[in-house]
Order: sequence, then C-alpha cells, then structure tokens
Amino acid sequence: MGCGLGKSKQQMQKSIRAAVLIQRWYRRYVARLEIRRRCTWNIFQSIEYAGQQDQIKLYNFFVFLMQHFTPASSESKALETFHCYESIEVSNSYTGPRLTFPLTFCGVSKLVETFKHRQKLHARYVLQLLGETAKLLRILANINHVSTSYTKEITICGDLHGHLEDLLLIFYKNGLPSGEKPYVFNGDFVDRGKNSLEILLILFGFLLVYPHDVHLNRGNHEDHIVNLRYGFTKEVLGKYRVHGKKILKLLKKIFCWLPLATVIDHKVLVVHGGISDATDLDTIARVDRHKMCTTGNSDPMPQNGCIHNEVRGGGCYWGPDVTEEVLGRHGLQLLIRSHECKQDGYEFCHNRRVLTIFSASNYYEVGSNRGAYIKLGPDLVPHVVQYQASQTCRELSLRQSVGWTERSALQALREQLFVHTSHLIAAFQDLVGSFHNVFVSGMVSLRDWASATESVLKLGLPWRVLRPQLVSSTCSGMVDYQQWIRELTITKPNLETMYKNHSNLETIFRIIDTDHSGSISLEEFRQTWKLLCSHIQTEISDDAIDDLAKCIDFNKDGSIDINEFMEAFRLVDLSTGPKVTE
Amino acid sequence: MAEGIQRADISASDVHSLHKRVKDAFQAFDYEMNNTVDVREITTIIYSLGCFPSQKDIHEFIAELEEDHTGSVHLDKFLPVMTNVLMEHKFPSIPEDVLIQAFEVLDKDSKGYLDSEEMVELMTKEGESFTQDEMTEMLMALADHERRIYYKDIICQLTFDQEI
Repeated sequence: MGCGLGKSKQQMQKSIRAAVLIQRWYRRYVARLEIRRRCTWNIFQSIEYAGQQDQIKLYNFFVFLMQHFTPASSESKALETFHCYESIEVSNSYTGPRLTFPLTFCGVSKLVETFKHRQKLHARYVLQLLGETAKLLRILANINHVSTSYTKEITICGDLHGHLEDLLLIFYKNGLPSGEKPYVFNGDFVDRGKNSLEILLILFGFLLVYPHDVHLNRGNHEDHIVNLRYGFTKEVLGKYRVHGKKILKLLKKIFCWLPLATVIDHKVLVVHGGISDATDLDTIARVDRHKMCTTGNSDPMPQNGCIHNEVRGGGCYWGPDVTEEVLGRHGLQLLIRSHECKQDGYEFCHNRRVLTIFSASNYYEVGSNRGAYIKLGPDLVPHVVQYQASQTCRELSLRQSVGWTERSALQALREQLFVHTSHLIAAFQDLVGSFHNVFVSGMVSLRDWASATESVLKLGLPWRVLRPQLVSSTCSGMVDYQQWIRELTITKPNLETMYKNHSNLETIFRIIDTDHSGSISLEEFRQTWKLLCSHIQTEISDDAIDDLAKCIDFNKDGSIDINEFMEAFRLVDLSTGPKVTE
Repeated sequence: MAEGIQRADISASDVHSLHKRVKDAFQAFDYEMNNTVDVREITTIIYSLGCFPSQKDIHEFIAELEEDHTGSVHLDKFLPVMTNVLMEHKFPSIPEDVLIQAFEVLDKDSKGYLDSEEMVELMTKEGESFTQDEMTEMLMALADHERRIYYKDIICQLTFDQEI
C-alpha cells in the first residue's frame, strides 16, 4: 500500500515502523486525556449525587427555619423527588415549549423553532420525549423496509454530528419530514458539533409523529462509550446539570434500540458504515440488536478483497468485488452509506454501486467541505443536493476542551472541599494523633492525605490522580495539610453549586424576610446564614458571612432585595457553550 | 516472586503502590461501581498507565481477560495481569528523540512539518492504521491553520505529567 516510485523495500519498512511508532504514541496521548476526562465526569457525577444529599439537608433546613421564623403564609414546598420525570415541575418562568403527548406535528415544529432560536427544552419534556422514543424503537425491526411506490421521493441524509445549522438547512431546502416527505437519517447524529442533543430531539420528535415515514439507522457514534470521548456526553451534562445523568441513561437505551439498516424497494440498502464479505441481511434481521455493542466501522477500498480490522469491534475495508457479491446475492442495485467525510458531501465508488453521503458541512473547519443529501424517486436513481452552512463555530481543540471541562469540575470539587473544611481538619488531626501538637508537624503523606480526604468527602474519587490539581505543592511526597486547608478557605465558595433550585431560594428569601418588606437586612442575613451553616455542619466565619452579604448587596444600601439575592446565586439556566469563568 | 530477572527486589509497598495506581485508573471507568469496566475501555486504561502496547499486544491482553464475552472485565482479573505488565515493563515508552526520528523518516524532504494529506495517507494506510475518528481527531488537535503538523513543536508541547 505504499506510494512512490523507486522506493526500496528497506525504506518502506522504515516508513512503516515510523508510522507505527507515531500511531502508538498518539493513542497513548489521547488515552491520557481520556482518563482525565473520565475523572472529570466522575467528579460531576459524584458531586451531583452529593448535591442531592445537600438538597435533602436543605429541605430539612426549611422545616427548621419555619419553626424559628414562623412565617405568615407559607406553602411548604416539598422538594421534588428526583426519580420520576413526571414529578419534575415546570415553573412559570419557563418560556419554552410545553410539549403534550402523543406528539403532534405542531409540537415538533414548535421544537424546531425553539432550537432555531437557541432556546432550551425543559428537562421534563426532554425526558418525556426520550421515553416515548424508547418505547417506539423497541417495537421496530432491525431493518426498516421502505417503499417509494406511495410517495414521490425519499430523502436520505448522512452524518450530522451535532451540526444543527446543517439539519435546518436541509429542512429549509427540502421541507420538513411528513407523510408526503419521508426521510432516512443514516446515523452519527451526535458528537463533535455543539447541538447533538437538539438534533436528536428533532429527529426523535419527527419519528414519533411520522413513524412510518421517518427512518433512523444507528451509526457508530450512537454509542455511550464513543460519546464520552467525542463530546456528546459533555454537551448533555453541560446543558442539563441536574437531569443530565438521567437523560444520558435513557439515551444509552435508545441508542441500542436504533435500527441497523434501511432497505428501499428491496433494491437499495442504506447503512451507516458499510458491508463486509460476511454481510447477510437475513441474519441481520434476526439478531438481538439491543445486545450488540457496536456497529460497522467499515470503509470501501479501491482494491478487491476484504480486510478485517483486528482490533475488537472494528469493521473492515471492503473492495468492489465484495460490493458486487453482496448486492448480487441480495438482489440489490445500490449501497448508500455514510461514515466518511467527503469534500463534496458525497462520493460514488465501486463502479457507482456505492454512494457515500455526508451531511455535516464545514466538518473540519469553515470551508473544509460541503454537505449533501440524496433524493431517491421510484426510478431509484440518486439525485444529490449539495449545500454549505454559512456559519459555524470551530470546536475547541482536544486539549482545550478537556481542560475546560476539567476546570469546571475541579472548581466544583474545590467548593465541596471548602464546605467540608472543619471535617477535613478533624480527619487530619486524627491521623496525626491526638497526643501530637498538630501545629508542630502538619505534614502528612500523600497516601494519608488521600484516604483522609476520601473519608470526609466519600466521593470515591482517585485523589492521588487529582492531587496535582488540588494541592499546590508537596514537600518530598508530603502534604502540608494546614497550608492546604488555608488555601481552600481563601477561595470564596460558589454557591451556585449548592443552590440550584430557583424556587427553593425564593422560599428561603421570603422566610427570612419576616416583615415581607421585600428586602433582608444584613443582620437577618447573618443570622440565617449561621443557622444554615450549623444545620449542614459547615464552618463559616463571621467575616466570611459579612463579606458574602456585602457581595450580594450590589447597590450597597445595607439591605438585600430579592433581585440581589437571586443574582447572587446566579440561577440562570446554562445556555449552550462554555461558561465564562471569573 | 519473579525469578531469573536481575533487578532490585520489589518491596511489598511498591506492589501496593502499583495496585493502587492500577485500581485508580480502572475505577475511573467503573460507572456501575461494581469493579467492572466495559472491555472496550481496557485499551485506554493500559495506555493511561504509561504503557505503549501494539494493537496485537492489546488484542492478546484482552483475550486473556475477557470473560465469557459478556463485554466486561472484572478488576480481580485485571489487577494481577496489569500489575505484572507494569512490574516487567512489558510495553516500554517511546522516548522523545526516537519519536522525532520517526517523524523525520516520514518527512522525506526534511521540511520540518508534514501536511495533513501526508498524515492521513500514512496514518490510515500504513502500520496499525487509524480509524476515521482517530484521524479526524488527530488533525483537529495537532494541525495548524495551514493544515500542517510541525512535529517538533507538538512533541515539546505535549509533555506528560509524572505519575505520583
């Protein structure tokens, strides 16, 4: 497979050895980033769980507050249960669409408009829509069979990879899916682009409304493992901090129930990756597709033959002879697949028997490639339509994107550590021994530091791996824990992590504001804070409380009104894109 | 105890340290908190522990570990095998200068960089070829705005943190 004339065999060997070294090195580099990313994800997961524990404590605190503050007319609001999406309440301040089920064309087109205007769908409706989708997918066959005889033309789209602008462009040029306008979406809807979730919701929405006319094929990116690495998981967790985990869990199920292929008029096979010399549609139709963990990662090659990828889960490279054999055996005339980015958005190969279609324009960077879709009428001659979206944001580089998520996670972790300083001090003192004068030594080994921290936070995190990010310096493998505690307390807590629930906060405010004047005096604030802290067993000094109060009192008039209170906790729902760190 | 290998005795606390490192790496991928990971993550875990196995090595490693094609690997099986790999330095790392030499071999005209097209041709056709995704990812990560990879620069940039 080498190129170049007059190249000696020795040189080729040298080239191959060099390539192998580079490949191996690169895989290792990526794996190291990967593990940092997973740690980050674990941090978010465990903090969320811990956050739920905090919310339960908060609830108990409300009860406690009510007994002390005897408010006039309080509707004690039970905290939402976290388990059932049916009980996720949608507050009046939510201005997005409120979907009703069974979903109608009205509902899904409202959804498209919402996402066009960069608004967010409430988690409750996300979960509900996904739940309905999961129910539907289970009853679908492994292979979608479609016929052109009742409709004019079928539209087939390739990889979208979270590029919402491309999907919207397709809908604009070609029309929305409907009974008269059937569509096949050939996998890889997610990862890399910024709007993977919006694309999924739109596609699933149309699937629910037109189950006979919208067909989805599973791609290799419809896989939770791949999503962890290529951005979809991060997108979901960033957009839905409280319910993201639940959403991902449901998506995992949905992905495994996606059909594997579509056959049009018994003549055209549409599948995401491709085929191999072993492809047999009858076999594919019979497998338990939800038990399969991976789908084809295959690509056509110019030479004859079929080269299977040795690595587990890999697909293969297949040649024109395999195409002829497989198509012939099944009585098919055309294979439409995706998976590979093409400069023009499409490419024929194998004597025009294989057509690659790719629908994410500007995939690598602005101007790198066009996107395309296929129109197929009863004559089954493919007509390709090309386009290019006009604006797109360049994705953060691998290192940048891991770094950013990591920073947010570490920030959240530091806040947790801050909240537990008194316990941490106690744990370290225990270590050093009660007879020791703790101010003399103050040094603990890394192993002890890790186990003490874990015993307090109980998050099950790999503390030693995280240590460089959490402790600024060590001295010959020992941690000066007193200095570390001091460093922690210097950073101000970001209360957003603890108080995510807008209506809870409002309730708190109204409880503290006993005379219903609409503002809380600094003294009232101080008292409440001390109560809160003693209740959730945190230490916070008077100075820190005063500082906090002064921070919140933006107009410096000596009291805190409801707006300042809310603003202080910055309970605006996160929109797309990275958070601006202060 | 390993016999016939001449090196300093490995103390019990060294083994303990290795165990802790392997466990930490493993547990980063253990989502159900039941000491199992998806078999597809094993490659990443091995790499993250500082090893540079070939694809064939990985294939054999996984074959040894996978239980009944459940698709998951248990820590109890992984720990001894991986610890052994670490103790015997089975898949040693590639020093920076060797890596630069490798790039120089491929950079036949000694330009100091490789074009994206060259990289794609080499990485996806030769050796232990990249998948589509890996190739895209590498280009996005390492190519500059002129779609060139200045290999000496990127190797310097990508310094690894030392394990504790």
